[in-house]
Amino acid sequence: MTSLLTTAQALADFRVPDTIAQRVAACIACHGREGASNNAAFFPRLAGKPEGYLFNQLVSFRDGRRFNSDMVHLVQHQSDAYLREMAAYFASLDLPYPAVSNVSDASAETLARGKTLALQGDASRGIPACTQCHGAALTGVLPGIPALVGLPRLYLSSQLGAWLSNARHALAPDCMAEVGRKLSTDDVNAVAAWLALQPVPDRAKPASSLPGLLPMPCSAMPVSQR
Amino acid sequence: MRTTLWGRIAYILGGLVAALALAAAVLVTMNLRGEDPLPDAADTAWRATPDQIERGRYLALAGNCAGCHTVRGGAPYAGGLGITTPFGTVYASNLTPDVQQGIGSWSAAHFWRAMHNGRSKDGRLLYPAFPYPSFTRITRADSDALYAYLRSVPAAAVPNQPHRLRFPYDTQAALAVWRALSFTPTSFVADPAQPAEWNRGAYLVEGLGHCIACHGSRNVLGATEEKRGLSGGLIATENWYAPSLTSKREASVADWEARHVVALLKNGTAPGGSVMGPMADVVYRSTQHLSDADLGAMAVYLQKLPDSTPQADASPPARRDTATMERGARIYDQRCAYCHGDAGQGASGAYPALAGSRAVNMATPLNLIQVVRHGGFLPSTSGNPRPYGMPPFGHVLDDNDIAAVLTYVRGAWGNNAPAVTTRDTMQR
Repeated sequence: MTSLLTTAQALADFRVPDTIAQRVAACIACHGREGASNNAAFFPRLAGKPEGYLFNQLVSFRDGRRFNSDMVHLVQHQSDAYLREMAAYFASLDLPYPAVSNVSDASAETLARGKTLALQGDASRGIPACTQCHGAALTGVLPGIPALVGLPRLYLSSQLGAWLSNARHALAPDCMAEVGRKLSTDDVNAVAAWLALQPVPDRAKPASSLPGLLPMPCSAMPVSQR
Repeated sequence: MRTTLWGRIAYILGGLVAALALAAAVLVTMNLRGEDPLPDAADTAWRATPDQIERGRYLALAGNCAGCHTVRGGAPYAGGLGITTPFGTVYASNLTPDVQQGIGSWSAAHFWRAMHNGRSKDGRLLYPAFPYPSFTRITRADSDALYAYLRSVPAAAVPNQPHRLRFPYDTQAALAVWRALSFTPTSFVADPAQPAEWNRGAYLVEGLGHCIACHGSRNVLGATEEKRGLSGGLIATENWYAPSLTSKREASVADWEARHVVALLKNGTAPGGSVMGPMADVVYRSTQHLSDADLGAMAVYLQKLPDSTPQADASPPARRDTATMERGARIYDQRCAYCHGDAGQGASGAYPALAGSRAVNMATPLNLIQVVRHGGFLPSTSGNPRPYGMPPFGHVLDDNDIAAVLTYVRGAWGNNAPAVTTRDTMQR
């Protein structure tokens, strides 16, 4: 009898740490332990992403600008303050990137086209290079522009495709919606295939400033830099 | 003979016409029951007081008007949410002061007629997805305050979407028949035998709170069955079950401390349970914003609901398949034990205990299936601003896995609820 009581008490006292890491442990089921998913699957890495970017995405899921049903369900009843705390937590994680596979079923032609679009854009169609906004090393720019390297190909193509089909939005001015309208499905496939093959620079971090002027207005950056 | 035959036919036809006319007259009369005549002139002299607007803002929260009349990220009260019903989809309308799309041309009397009688400004009968069978109980003063508040929000020219209902439900005639059978305008009448607090709680729960819309059962015509009260209801198109508030086996709070009932509605979590699914939405958008006095009154009323707890059955323990239990146990150890503990004990203040939980042992497993598949965070509220979360398992566990793990959870550590079948988990 005594032992039963002791067991019941021990069970009742079972506690978990009161930390933000424990509170958002639900996220790692998909995004990987501590938010560093490998790029084999669909789910994007969260660790080390710019805080402003992560916060904007969480709010967009909550407020009807992004539509992944699991994400919408998870954040629909969360406050700005808590979403900002989640964003700050994942932004603060400094974890090594897993090695990037150099195997791809994309043709050399497709990869070359992706590389050109990513590094030079297509001025004739008004498409800027990815590097103009996402940083010369494509590791993102503080405070609001995400890295494009270290992401699964499936995720990259689904997101670019979502802009192309008007299924992903940001607050105005929504620069990527504008870019998306100019992309073809072949463009999306080529850029996603090339980006997914790029090795991630050692100790990759978002750049602290843009390489130059933004090619178009963008809500992700402070008004002074738009 | 011929004249007699024709005479007979004429007689029968005449009778039929008269019967139809009588039926139509009865139908119209039934639908106009309890309506005050609208004043002829628009009440241009009507002015809202700041107190009235503030009162209306609060009442709009109590009624969770925005829950349907504001879409995610949309202009407040500009409508647009589709409410799916077994009869089709009904779209919430624009309540902003826009003259074309909203209620900018409505008078306070029009608004009252909509709330109390369920008729729109143009005379159309309204669909009861707008819960006027509950709202009919609110006072004229509260209706006017709501009107005053809605007239104060920014006008938004968001067009109303036409409902998408199947025939015959899309006709006013069908709606008239429904109303004649199922709706009578009523006013809240305080019970002098009960304290003021209980009456205030009854007014909120039965009126603006429209709790019966989910926690009540519905007949084949989709009408809430008031006689059965808050004895639980299936939210059919969402596949959630709003548990009975009158059964101690489900979500009755009769045995709770009153402050815990208040805590559940204010914070979304209390020692006896937490809110998920549609009720998380209610706490997040509505009840967390209500005053302690009103929540206390609702608690008093809810604790004194009639008891409908079924007699404990002496039937033998639910039968469970050994292989399913073993499979469920393996999944539990792999996916669930990390947070809910290896004996379903939960973690204090973070993850609910599954052993002995009412939610786990409820007859229908619908809500458990939803929670396993979609996970979720409790609503972020002032009393629980940083809730712990549960991941969605819908893409790592298939229908058989979910059935197995829930069968295990409902049969382990002293729990004794029926097994969950793949037939249960296949319903979406």
